[in-house]
Amino acid sequence: MNAWLPVAVLGTSLIASLIIFLVPDAKQRLRSTLNITAALVKIGLVAWMVFGIYQQELFETRFTLVPGIDFVLRADSLSMLFAGLSSVLWLFTTIYAIGYLEGSPHRSRFFGFFSLCVASTMGISLAGNLFTFLIFFEMLTLSTYPLVVHRGTQASLTAGRTYLRYTLGGGAMLLLGVVLLYSYAGPQVGEFAETGTLRAATSLDPRTLAAIFVVLIIGVGVKAAFVPFHGWLPVAMVAPAPVSALLHAVAVVKAGAFGIIRIVYNVYGIEFSAQIGVLLPLGILAAITIIWGSMQALRQMELKKRLAYSTVSQVSYIALGVALFGPIGSIGGLVHLLHQGIMKVTLFFAAGNYAETLGIHRIDELDGVGKRMPGTSLAFTIGALGMIGLPPTAGFISKWYLGIGALEAGMAWALGVLVLSSALNAAYFLPILYRLWFKPVRGAWPDEQIPAARFETDPWLLFPTLATMAFTIAAGLLASHPWSPLTWATLISVREYLP
Amino acid sequence: MIPLLLIIPLVFALLSVLLPRLPIKAIAIPGLVLQLIASIQLSVHTYKHGASDYALGSWEAPLGIALHANGFTVTLLTLTAFIAIVCAVYALIYLKRYEHEQRYFWPLFWFLLASLNGIWLSGDLFNLYVGLELLTFSAVGMVALTANKASLQAAIRYLFAALLGSLGYLAGVALLYGQYGTLSIQEIALISTSDAPTQVALALMTVGLLMKTAIFPLHYWLPPAHGGALAPVSALLSALVVKASFYILAVLWLQLAPDAISPAAAQVLGALGAGAILWGSWCAFRQPDIKMLVAYSTVAQLGYLMFVFPLSIGTSAAAAELAWQGTVLHLLAHAFAKAAMFLSVGTLVLAIGHQGIKDLAGVSHRVPLALFSFGLSAVSLMGLPPSGGFNAKWLLLQSALSSGQWWWFIFILGGGLLTAAYVFRVFSVSFIEEARHKFAPTHWLLDVSALTLAAAAILLGFVSQWPLTLMELVPGVQS
Repeated sequence: MNAWLPVAVLGTSLIASLIIFLVPDAKQRLRSTLNITAALVKIGLVAWMVFGIYQQELFETRFTLVPGIDFVLRADSLSMLFAGLSSVLWLFTTIYAIGYLEGSPHRSRFFGFFSLCVASTMGISLAGNLFTFLIFFEMLTLSTYPLVVHRGTQASLTAGRTYLRYTLGGGAMLLLGVVLLYSYAGPQVGEFAETGTLRAATSLDPRTLAAIFVVLIIGVGVKAAFVPFHGWLPVAMVAPAPVSALLHAVAVVKAGAFGIIRIVYNVYGIEFSAQIGVLLPLGILAAITIIWGSMQALRQMELKKRLAYSTVSQVSYIALGVALFGPIGSIGGLVHLLHQGIMKVTLFFAAGNYAETLGIHRIDELDGVGKRMPGTSLAFTIGALGMIGLPPTAGFISKWYLGIGALEAGMAWALGVLVLSSALNAAYFLPILYRLWFKPVRGAWPDEQIPAARFETDPWLLFPTLATMAFTIAAGLLASHPWSPLTWATLISVREYLP
Repeated sequence: MIPLLLIIPLVFALLSVLLPRLPIKAIAIPGLVLQLIASIQLSVHTYKHGASDYALGSWEAPLGIALHANGFTVTLLTLTAFIAIVCAVYALIYLKRYEHEQRYFWPLFWFLLASLNGIWLSGDLFNLYVGLELLTFSAVGMVALTANKASLQAAIRYLFAALLGSLGYLAGVALLYGQYGTLSIQEIALISTSDAPTQVALALMTVGLLMKTAIFPLHYWLPPAHGGALAPVSALLSALVVKASFYILAVLWLQLAPDAISPAAAQVLGALGAGAILWGSWCAFRQPDIKMLVAYSTVAQLGYLMFVFPLSIGTSAAAAELAWQGTVLHLLAHAFAKAAMFLSVGTLVLAIGHQGIKDLAGVSHRVPLALFSFGLSAVSLMGLPPSGGFNAKWLLLQSALSSGQWWWFIFILGGGLLTAAYVFRVFSVSFIEEARHKFAPTHWLLDVSALTLAAAAILLGFVSQWPLTLMELVPGVQS
C-alpha cells in the first residue's frame, strides 16, 4: 500500500482530469461533483501520508525509466509541505472557479487542464529525484498554457506566447542543468536526500558544480519569476482570476520556488552550497527581485497587475530564506511557501470578486467598496496586512523568522531588504485599504453584474475567499500549534541542519 | 514464425490483387491481428532464446534467402504491425469517401507491409535492395492514389528521388560483391577492410540511402509526397517507410564495415542532421498549410536519427551505447507520434474541410479529441516529458556529453524549442473562439485510432525499458 499511495495522490487529479475532459459542457453538476470529490479524496490521501510520515513510514514508488534513471515518487516531510498546500488550495480554488466560470463556454476544457495542472503540482511535490521533478515541471508548463489562453482573445494568445517563451526556455535550461549534473556527478546525486547528496562526493570540482548550480537555478528561476526572468508573470494576468490565483499561489511560481528548495537542500545540501559559495549570489538575486518587484507594484494602477508584481517580490522571500545559512532563516523561507500561498490566493479571490461583481479592475475604482462588499474587502484587508507582515497574520510569522535568520546568519543587509520591502508593501497596499474603507463611493459601479442579495456576491465566490482569509489568520495565531505550517517547517529545517 | 511475417502480408496482397471482388476490407483487420500476434510471438521468442536465423526453403545462406531476427528487428516488426493495424482501422473509415482509391489502397498497403517486414528481417544486401524497391513502388503508388495533378507530381518526384537512391545503393552492392564475393552482412562484417572499393561502395550506398531517408539537403521530395497524400498514407510513410532506409544505413555504418568509416565522415552525417533540424523546423514554422507543417516536421525529426553516427563512431563504448539506445527510442517515439499527428490532422481537415492553419480556429471546442491527440503527439515530438521523445532526447544528450561533443548537444536541446515554435502555432489558433467554417461530424473510430498512437508515444516514456532490453540482444551493433 505504501508504494501505491504517492501514485494514488497523483492519480486522483490525473483521472479526474481525463474524465472531466469527456464531460459535456452543459453538465455542470456532474463536473462540479467530480471536481470536488477528487479534491476531497486528495486531501484525505495527503492527510494519510502526513500521519504516516509522523510515524516514520516510508512512501515510495520507483521504477526504471531509462537505463540508470529511475522514476521516483516519494513522500518526505518537504514534499508534504507543498502537497498539503496544493491539495487544500486546490479545493478552494475549484469551488471558486465553479462559481466564477458559471455560464461561460469551454468549462470542461478549463477544468480538465485545471486538474492536470494540480496533478503536475502533486508530481513536483512528490518527485523523489531531479529527473522526476523535471518531468512534472515540464508537464506543468504544458497544462497551464491552455489555462492562460483560455479566453481565446488576441491579448490572451499573445500572453500565452510570452508565457511559453519564458517557461519552455526555462525548462530547457533545467534540462541542461540536470543532464550536466547527471553526467558529471552520476545519477545518484539526483536523488533527493536530507542534507543533500553532493556533500559525500568530495572528488568533484566545486567550481564546475557551482556552474551547474547556476544553470539549474536559472531553469527553475524562470518559473519562480526571478528578475530578470519575471516578464511572463504580469502578462499572464489576462487569464481568468482562478487561474491567476492558481499560478501565483500554488502552481507555477511555487513550483519554481520549491525547485530552488529541492536543489539547495536535497541535492547540493545547505552546507555544501555554503562551501562552494553559491548562497550569497542566490540571496542577492532574491533581494534584488524583492525590491524590484515591490517598486514595480507601486507603479501599477490595475489591481491584478499590482498583485502580480507583488508576487514577484513575495516569492523571492522563499529563496531569500533558503539563501540565509542557518536553521531559523530556513524556517522562514519554508513557511513562507505556505503562507504566501494562502495570503495571495485570498487577495486574488478578492480581486476576482470585485471584477465579477462590480466590474472593478482598477485601483481608483475601489473607492468605498468596503460598504458594498464587506466580506470580500475584509478578506482583502487581512491578505494585504499579511503581505505587509503585521501580526497576527501568517505573513508576520514568515518575516519574523526571516529577519531573525538574517541576523543569525550574519547577513544584516538581508534584514534591511526585509524592512525596505515591508515599507514598500505598505506603500502599495495601504492606499488600497484606505480607498476601500474610508473613501466615499464615486457614483455607480463600472459594471455591476451580481446584485447584492442575501450575500454581497455569489456564495461560490465569497466563501472560498473567507475560508482562505481564515487560514491566513489561523496560520499566524496558531503558529505554535503542533499541526501548523510553522511546526512542520521547523521539523524540516531541524533535519536539514542535523550534523 | 519468421517466414510467417512475410507470408501473411504477401498472401493478403496477392488476394487483394487477384480477387478484387473479395471483401478485402473485411479481412484486413483479422490479417493484421494475425501479423501482430506473429511479431509479438517472435519478440517473446527472441527475448527468451536470443537471435535466430531462418533459411527460406531450407537453402543455406550463400545461395538461398537468409532471414535473421534479433532484438532490434523484432522491435521494428512489432512497431510495424502495431502502426499498420491502427492505420488500417483509420483507413477503413477514412477511405469510405474514396471509393475508387480504395481498390488500389489495400493491395499497396499489404505490399508495403511485406516489403517492410522483408527489410527488417533480411540479412543480406541484395534482399535489402529488393525490399527497398518493392517499398518504393508501393509507397509511390500510395502517394499517387488520388491521381490529381498535385499528387501525381509529388509521386513522380518521389519516384525519381527513390530510383536515384536505389541506383546508388545497387552500385555499392555490386562493388561490395566484387570485393568480397558475398552479400551476407554477417559475412562481410567479418572480413571487411577499409580499402578504396569498400569506401567507394559505402559512399555510394550512403548517398542513395540518405536520398531515400530524405535527409537534408536531399529532402526536397518528402514534403509534397507526405503532405499531399491521404491521411493514413502520410502516417505510414512518415512513421515507417523513411525508417526503413535509415535502418539499412545504420546497419551499413555500424555493423557491416565499421573499420571503413572515419569519425570525420560520421561528423558530416551529424552536420546533415543538424541542418535537417534547423531547415525542417524553419520550413514547418513558415507553412500556411497544416499537413505541410507536419511533413516538414518529419524532415526535422529525421535529423535526430543522424546523430547516432557522430555519437557512436570513434567514441567511448558508454557514449555509443547511450547514442544507440536514444536513437532507437527516437525512432519508435517519432513513429508513434508522427503517425498519430498525421491521423489527427486528417480528422481535423475532414471536419473543417480546409487545411490552412488559420482555418483551425474553434477546433478546440468542436473536434476536441483530434486536437488532444495532436497535442499528445506534439509533446513527444517536442521532447517534453513524460514521453518516449523525451527519454530519447535525454539519452542522446547524455551521449553527447559523455563523448564530449557539446555541439550536438546544442542542436538536440535547441531542436525541442524549435519544434515547440511550430506546433504551438497550431494550438494558438485552436483556442480562438469564432470558427471560420462549419464543422462536419467525424466518425469516432478516427479519433480513437489517432489517440491510440498518441497515447503510445506518451506511454513509451514509461516503458522505454522494454524495447531497450530487447535491444541489448543485438549482437555486434553495440560496440
